[in-house]
Formats: sequence, structure tokens, C-alpha cells
Amino acid sequence: MIWDPYHECMDVEQRAELQVRRLRETVARLMANVPVYREKFQALNVRPEEIRSIEDLEKLPFTTKDDLRDTYPFGLFAAPLAETVRVHASSGTTGKPTVVGYTAQDVDIWSEVMARSIGCSGGTPHDVLQVAYGYGLFTGGLGLHYGGERMGCTVIPMSSGNSERQLMMMRDLGATILACTPSYALTLADIAEEMGIRAEELSLKSGIFGAEPWSEGSREAVERKLGLSAHDIYGLSEIIGPGVANECEVKGALHVFDDHFIPEIIDPQSGKPVPDGEPGELVFTCITKRALPLIRYRTRDVSTLSRGLCPCGRTHPRMGRITGRTDDMLIIRGVNVFPSQIEHVLLGIEEAEPHYQLVVRREGRLDVLEVQVEVAGALFADTVRRLEEVEKKISDALRSALSVSAKVKLVEPKTIERSMGKAKRVIDLRQESDV
Amino acid sequence: MEKRLTKQVSVFLENKSGRLAEVCQTLGANSVNIRALCIADTSDFGILRMIVDRPTEAVACLRDAGFSVGETNVLAVQIPDSPGGLGGVLKLLQSRAVNVEYMYAFFTTVEGNAVVVFRVADEQIQLVVDELGANSVPILPSEDVYAL
Repeated sequence: MIWDPYHECMDVEQRAELQVRRLRETVARLMANVPVYREKFQALNVRPEEIRSIEDLEKLPFTTKDDLRDTYPFGLFAAPLAETVRVHASSGTTGKPTVVGYTAQDVDIWSEVMARSIGCSGGTPHDVLQVAYGYGLFTGGLGLHYGGERMGCTVIPMSSGNSERQLMMMRDLGATILACTPSYALTLADIAEEMGIRAEELSLKSGIFGAEPWSEGSREAVERKLGLSAHDIYGLSEIIGPGVANECEVKGALHVFDDHFIPEIIDPQSGKPVPDGEPGELVFTCITKRALPLIRYRTRDVSTLSRGLCPCGRTHPRMGRITGRTDDMLIIRGVNVFPSQIEHVLLGIEEAEPHYQLVVRREGRLDVLEVQVEVAGALFADTVRRLEEVEKKISDALRSALSVSAKVKLVEPKTIERSMGKAKRVIDLRQESDV
Repeated sequence: MEKRLTKQVSVFLENKSGRLAEVCQTLGANSVNIRALCIADTSDFGILRMIVDRPTEAVACLRDAGFSVGETNVLAVQIPDSPGGLGGVLKLLQSRAVNVEYMYAFFTTVEGNAVVVFRVADEQIQLVVDELGANSVPILPSEDVYAL
């Protein structure tokens, strides 16, 4: 169903006027409330009152993950903490996470765009929504939860893991929509098979799958195995969380809810916009948020944009499936991991040398992150016990920093390839067809 | 005291085929002879511990070949080559609360005695030397060990 026909099917010209007005207000608020943005705007001679058309967006400065790191934790907040009712956090590039905040109004906007996303995925107030995204600092669980309640669905807040119990509840409570990462959906399908649960015993009709890249091959597999229609959802905590964009029944691309988040595709080198249909870096500007309205936030995700009326009736522009990253970020079981975070952890462990390599592979349905650390200098020991102690120390530190478990493998010195003095840090053995 | 300490050479090895052979070939090419050895292993890696005739050269050539190598002080203890011989010596160590981290034996005997390599914590070495001396258990001097 179309949850909010007024905004989702709005005339494009009319929406552009709404966008310009909201953008101007947001820039004015940032100018008044956030010193970092005031300086950025002044450096480019940006005046809120001179924002008159959507093309003026190009005159605004970019925001990057480094800006969030440099102002950790609250430096870019445009609302006082007294008005901030929630925080979430995602991976930062070093030791500190990226913290994002929401006012009550932001939570309301988030619930609205998530209700739209559930509607795009075929959901109605009659549905039973099983949320198997993690609940906590990660935006997935609570985002889907609030959207489901806004829609009027019956929400089962399962969070992630405990697959047998997930399947029992799914069958017994008659869940009609499953929301989780695509790889976890495939894991659940495999476990259902092992438990002897057939797709016909389940009541699933739709899946809302996101937080990691997946292929058409896995869409086909998960649809066949679970007997549902699979929809891609996109979002990132810096913008709001899930609910930035979602696939409608036409599929193949995701509607971006651009009355709240204006998308652009730019050339990552020059920063200049590229024409519709051409791949580039996806950039978003928040024009309705209160606590953290980021301007031209560079997602580092590579995608395309297309416009025009969709057969579903929505007039929102559509973004293509994410095809890559412009940085070295990895997504491990739905969690963003930066190699620099791992380097930061190793530098904090006296026995470890900063020579490391990451190997990511898929075992069954699960991503496995292996951190190879060279045994040299202080790490060397002549007993297994001491080496295993160091191994455990590193893996505990990684788990606490990354929020995802990593297998530490001790390797011989000089095992890790060094090219031009700079080591090749990441070997990703996952095939796109795997997920 | 210094004479009683034998240098053990230990090497970190990943569990992959051919690595042990490469260590032995490297030592062979540098005319280093292995006198005793043992390997401790897990599913992912192993530690090769050796007594060789020329430990300094062994460490140098293995390091040059890119291996992670360490030197450890151990004691080469002569133990009666008869039933209960090792048990008697271990009982002495136990009586002084010495924890043997690991041990392994030489291939050859000396004056009819087996030669067993003991690794104990560095701060307990003197204790072991005193205890064995007081009980007439001979420790083979390092120069004799390398010449075995």
C-alpha cells in the first residue's frame, strides 16, 4: 500500500518547492546552532536567504564521516540534548563510533518513512511483522519496530539470532513480513529446511532486507525458499537509519523519500554532480531533521539515480542497488567495519605489530572476518599457551571495538604481502553470487 | 651457572605443508645439526623447539630466511635410563613447587643416562639447578649438549 499518498505521489514541481523551503530553513538553523556548519557556510559565502532553487544545493559544502569523528560525540547536533530523545551509533573509522541523535520529531519522521518503506514492501496494518534486525545502538531493529507500529502492524521484536526460536515464532504467530539482513534470511531458510519446516507452513508474503549488499541471485533464492516477495531497503544512521529508500513492487531500484532526504550522485574525485543514470557516490541532504540534519553527507556508497513516474504511482526518484564503495569499508554480517578500526585496536596491544591483513570469506551463509597478525618481536613466545593468550587478547579487543567477532590468526612474519611499501590490507573472498 | 644453561631455538610455524621442511633445509644448508626437537601444535600454528649444535648460527640463518625465531634457556638433565628414573627427578622438582612448562628427550644417551630437556620459568631455573645438584642428578653442560 502507499502509506502517505500525498507526499509519495506528489507532483515533482510541487515537491521541489517543498524541498527548497525545507532546505533553506535547515541551512538557517545550522547557521544559527552549529558552529562547524557556520564556518563551512561562511567559507563558501552561503547565505540561507539566497537558496532559491534546488540547484543551489550544489553550492553547499559536503559533510563527511571525518566531520562526525572530529566533532565526536555531539558537535554537529543542531538541537540541545534536552530535546534529543534517542541516540544510535555506527562504526567510526577509528576507535570511536559515529553517534547520531533524534528529537521526538525526528523519531516521528523516521517512523513515517519506515511506514512508507513497509508499505512499499507490500505491508498493511493487517500484517504481522517479525523484526530480526538487531535492537540496540544499531538502527535496524528499532527503525523497523517504530515503522511497523506506525503502520499498525503487529510487531514481533525478535532482534537477531536464536534462529530456531525465530522460526518457531514465525510459524506459530503467523508472521507475514520478515525484516532482517538478506544473509540472515538465507540462514533462516536453511535452518527451516533442517528443522523440516516447509514454506507452506509459514505465512510469509514479504521480506524487507537491507544493511548489506545482495544480488538478484540471492533474491531469487530467498523468495523461493521462504515463499515471499523480497524487497531491498536502504539507509544509514547518519541520515536517519533504515527508511531512506525502499523498493516498491516494481523492484530493481529503491524510491528515495526525497521530501526528507535529497539524494545526489557525484563524481567522488571532483565532487561534481553526474547526470542521472550514471554511477557515482551517493550523497544525501537531510531537510527535515532537527537533531542531526547533515548537509550533502557523502555516503561512500556507489549507486545511480533515475527519475520519472514509477508504475507504482510514486513520484520519488529511484536509486539503483549499491554496487560498491569509494572507501575500504567492509560490511560483515550487516556491521560496518573499517580496516582503520582494526589497525587502531592492534596499535593498542603492546605485543602486536601493525602488520595485519583482513580476510573476509563466507562460510555457509555467514561472513567470517579473519584478522591475520604477524608473529614477530614481542609477540613471539615458545609456548602455545602464551601465543593463545595473545590471540585471545587481540580477538577480545577487536570484538569490543567492532561489535562483530573476528577470528585472529597468527601468521609467520612477512606472510602479509607488501607492495610499494604499503601492505594490501583486505582480501575479500566473498562472491557477489554468494549472497 | 651460565654453562649449565642450554640455548633452545624455537620457531613459530603456521600449519601449512612444507614449512617444517624449509626450516630443516635452511639449517642443513648452514651446516647446523639438530640434536633434539619437539613440536607443540594447535589447529592453526605450531612451535618447533630444537636443541642444535650451533644455536647462534641457527637463529641467525632462520631469521634471515624470514622465520619468527626465539631463544630460550633450558636445562639438559641426565636421567637414569631405567624405570622410575624420570619419575624420581620430577618428584624432586615437585617437592620444590617447580612447574615444568614442557620437556622432551634427546635421541642419544650419555654415560648410560637419558638426556631430557626441561623448560621451567626463568626465575625457577636456579632452584632446579640447586635441587638437582643436591640430589646428584647431573645437568649436562651446554658445550657437551651441542657436541652430542
